[in-house]
Amino acid sequence: MGKTAKFDVLIIGAGPAGIAAAMAASEPGKCVGLVDENSAPGGQIYRALKGQIQNSISSQIKTLDDRGVIRFDGATVYDAPRPNTLSITKGGEFQTLEYEKLILAVGARELFLPFPGWTLPNVMGVGGLQALVKAGLDVKGKRIVVAGTGPLLLAVGDFLKKYGAEVLAIAEQAPIVNLLRFSTNLLSFSSKIGQGISLIGSVGTKIRPGTWVASASGTRALNSVILSNGKTTQELECDYLACAYGFVPNLELPLLLGCAVEDGFVQVDSTQQTSVQNVYCAGEPTGIGGIDLSTLEGTIAGYFANQNDCPTLVLKARDRWKLFSKKLDATFALRTELKELASPDTVVCRCEDVRMSQLVGWESSRAAKLQTRCGMGACQGRICGPATRFLLNWEHGTVRPPLIPVPLAGLETRTSAVIEQPEN
Amino acid sequence: MSEERIQLKINGLPVEVAQGTSVAAAILNSGRTSFRQSVDEESRGPVCGMGICFECRVSVNGHPHIRACMTTCEAGMEVITFG
Amino acid sequence: MGQNFDAIVVGGGIVGCACAYFLSRDLKRVLLIERGPIGGGSTAAGMGHVVVMDDSPAQFALTNYSQQLWMELYPQLNHACEPRMTGTMWVAADEEEFSHVEGKRDFYVKNGLPAEVLDTKSLEEAEPSLRKGLPGGLRIPQDSVIYPMAAAQWLLGQAQLRGCTVMLGQSVTKAKNGEATLQDGTVLSARYIVNSAGDHASSLTPEIKIEPRKGHLIITDRYPGYVNHQLVELGYLKSAHEMSQESVAFNAQPRATGQILLGSSRQFVGWNDEIDRALIAKMVKRAEEYLPSISQLSVIRTWVGFRATTSNKLPLIGFLPSDPKMLVAAGHEGLGITTSVATGMLIADLVAGRPSKIDRSPFAPTSGVAA
Ligand SMILES: Cc1cc2nc3c(=O)[nH]c(=O)nc-3n(C[C@H](O)[C@H](O)[C@H](O)COP(=O)(O)OP(=O)(O)OC[C@H]3O[C@@H](n4cnc5c(N)ncnc54)[C@H](O)[C@@H]3O)c2cc1C
Ligand SMILES: Cc1cc2nc3c(=O)[nH]c(=O)nc-3n(C[C@H](O)[C@H](O)[C@H](O)COP(=O)(O)OP(=O)(O)OC[C@H]3O[C@@H](n4cnc5c(N)ncnc54)[C@H](O)[C@@H]3O)c2cc1C
Ligand code: FES
Repeated sequence: MGKTAKFDVLIIGAGPAGIAAAMAASEPGKCVGLVDENSAPGGQIYRALKGQIQNSISSQIKTLDDRGVIRFDGATVYDAPRPNTLSITKGGEFQTLEYEKLILAVGARELFLPFPGWTLPNVMGVGGLQALVKAGLDVKGKRIVVAGTGPLLLAVGDFLKKYGAEVLAIAEQAPIVNLLRFSTNLLSFSSKIGQGISLIGSVGTKIRPGTWVASASGTRALNSVILSNGKTTQELECDYLACAYGFVPNLELPLLLGCAVEDGFVQVDSTQQTSVQNVYCAGEPTGIGGIDLSTLEGTIAGYFANQNDCPTLVLKARDRWKLFSKKLDATFALRTELKELASPDTVVCRCEDVRMSQLVGWESSRAAKLQTRCGMGACQGRICGPATRFLLNWEHGTVRPPLIPVPLAGLETRTSAVIEQPEN
Repeated sequence: MSEERIQLKINGLPVEVAQGTSVAAAILNSGRTSFRQSVDEESRGPVCGMGICFECRVSVNGHPHIRACMTTCEAGMEVITFG
Repeated sequence: MGQNFDAIVVGGGIVGCACAYFLSRDLKRVLLIERGPIGGGSTAAGMGHVVVMDDSPAQFALTNYSQQLWMELYPQLNHACEPRMTGTMWVAADEEEFSHVEGKRDFYVKNGLPAEVLDTKSLEEAEPSLRKGLPGGLRIPQDSVIYPMAAAQWLLGQAQLRGCTVMLGQSVTKAKNGEATLQDGTVLSARYIVNSAGDHASSLTPEIKIEPRKGHLIITDRYPGYVNHQLVELGYLKSAHEMSQESVAFNAQPRATGQILLGSSRQFVGWNDEIDRALIAKMVKRAEEYLPSISQLSVIRTWVGFRATTSNKLPLIGFLPSDPKMLVAAGHEGLGITTSVATGMLIADLVAGRPSKIDRSPFAPTSGVAA
């Protein structure tokens, strides 16, 4: 491939949504780009194992490569300096990419809620611990408590067991009635059943519905956690705590581009186009719905971005899965007890060490931020933002470039785009 | 499949890891738990595992504030942790 | 007719908060009205460099006086205000600039302020990150840095302890003849009204002409010790003074957090609050000329703010000629953090009918009223 500065279709995020979009958008004569900040495509669910593309997607990736889709692995989008232009950084280098059509398939991250001890080393996210294991963390023989909410707890409990960990408990905050209703619902979504049942078989005895982590303790790192069901508590000694309360969409790039967001999700029309013309969005940022919905939305966005019609079957399937995602939300709705966990001196903003007691009593979230520095640190409020929204009803913060901290050199103008094409 | 191993240094001490291992995994596997010191001098380690939380920042080859979870180990790398 | 106040201060930026601080020492019933968060306007956008400027006798008198007042307040400020005696290092880029340094030092020293000329070697020792071989600089040790939003909140908090009341979330739509009308229609009356609405002061008092002058800032992650003083290029004053459409000058501030706050740009582009990437790039390039390794530092955020600019570059402090109950305390351009406390003191003096420590006449609103 020669040097191309401009893409017919540029896709950000190479998870299920982004890959599906690339499959649908790529055809001879079209220049399609696929950018992901991980070192290999796959997104969260098909995250590479020690840098190796997972088998389940390797043939798709090969097809994309064969079709001439240009991959930017390990490249992070950090700014939109001009219309139809994104800035990316990779290994200390900076480039700009231009596009006719853009598909945002940037996925979600986990929701972390503060409780006493949550800042101790070895207290991690659920997907977080899984990602670290995929990146080579050895958990053989480690005692692990998995906690929080959502189907991911089971998947990760099962995953950790396969890697030799001792899963002590899976504390699911949702009450058992919700879980039972949900599993009945699963029956109407056939492909989920097998997944669900096999997972329950593997770690089922460890599941504790209606239970959450009240606190964690340890001196230099995690030593034990206290689980609570509101009536009784139990202390478990462990090496790792994996705890997360579902997902929050990555809205930073859509917001920077000016895409309309409502109730926390990017608004799209039936073609997956956002409020910004020629900018499409697929997958978790439009609603948390799992891999099937992400894939369908990616396919639809890919077709329309490439100015092709999308098979009606696919459109119908998407709408069906949207219903499923609503059920997910209801099942795993967060209980109010979780708002009471943080004590006055529990850190809420981990970058700036702003504690709970500092955040209460302000008339607005902006006032609290200006006075306490909450959300002003390196993560730019990605962790404390969603937490304070849940705990204190704070509104979304503003997005300002860069989207993610980059060396200052990345803010120097790059008027002409020089693109090093990876050899396919 | 035999894994290729590579050597790097964490806090000056040699460490061997499988090719493709992230710096975060290498640090944890070496028995260290604290990656950085927070503003109030608390020890912190990785949380999100995917580049979001910035709790796993370490110094790599003299550059501070590098996210260990988003950095793949390379032969001869010098990693410094804090706390 | 609403409650009768001794004074109503409109605007809770650092200037309004300073007015409330000093007015509440003399007056019982002071009310401060702010539509947004305290310090959420220009005060939240600024750098917080408390600096004595020698560009005009009036500016020098005001900044110098204000700095003395800050020095008296510093021991009382709370931790969040982060006062730090960093000093200013005026950096000469070339021999031509360096040739003016001694004259500048003599001016400060003659006026009773310590100032020290540094040659190439001592500048390198004081600021190792600066490009090697620069001809030298001028150190003004008593300049300092504060966190403006917390300082504004602190000043207001002290006023509240003396009985000042605060009304948040209310916009004043009209202020005249001792009456302030709120957005909800309420009319409050007072013996005096102070317009400290910053860059929006003209919308309340149309006789005064204040224009927004946009500035961009860049903040890095924490690099303690990377720079020690507030570094400013000697060409800064030129950039601040030229009323050209756009100018950029090197200005790097060590925050108490170890972060580097990088300025500064000036543009007349109305209220457009978009980040101008090309201008940011110019700021980075400019900074690199002085701090070659700065391009390696991780940047966390960029933002913009607006300086309230008057035609003679001096703030308007005093009674409005057309309304004996109306005072103006606005138009502080790029120095309002520094000059806020002196402004508050002058306003209190005026209301009390006291003489002030400095000549007030250069700031009288008459001089800034549009022709
Ligand atoms: C941490 C985590 C773990 C999960 N684990 C599982 C699991 O084990 N099983 C399961 O069924 N579901 C799992 N899920 C849910 C799963 O992510 C969704 O069901 C589905 O895979 C979402 O697909 P997606 O393509 O929308 O997003 P993702 O798979 O999240 O893909 C988004 C991609 O965009 C990239 N990206 C984001 N921003 C940028 C940027 N600025 N520049 C460059 N690239 C960017 C990310 O690196 C990521 O690879 C997990 C979710 C998370 C957040
Ligand atoms: C980029 C930049 C860098 C700077 N750096 C420095 C520096 O290093 N040192 C320095 O000394 N100065 C600096 N400044 C200047 C300094 O920030 C300002 O001069 C100062 O903050 C002005 O304070 P203020 O209270 O007058 O205005 P503001 O802080 O803007 O306060 C005015 C307040 O009035 C409120 N308001 C307006 N209209 C109404 C209404 N009708 N009803 C109710 N409330 C109203 C607003 O909401 C606002 O909070 C800088 C400015 C910028 C933009
Ligand atoms: S673990 Fe969160 S950024 Fe690395």
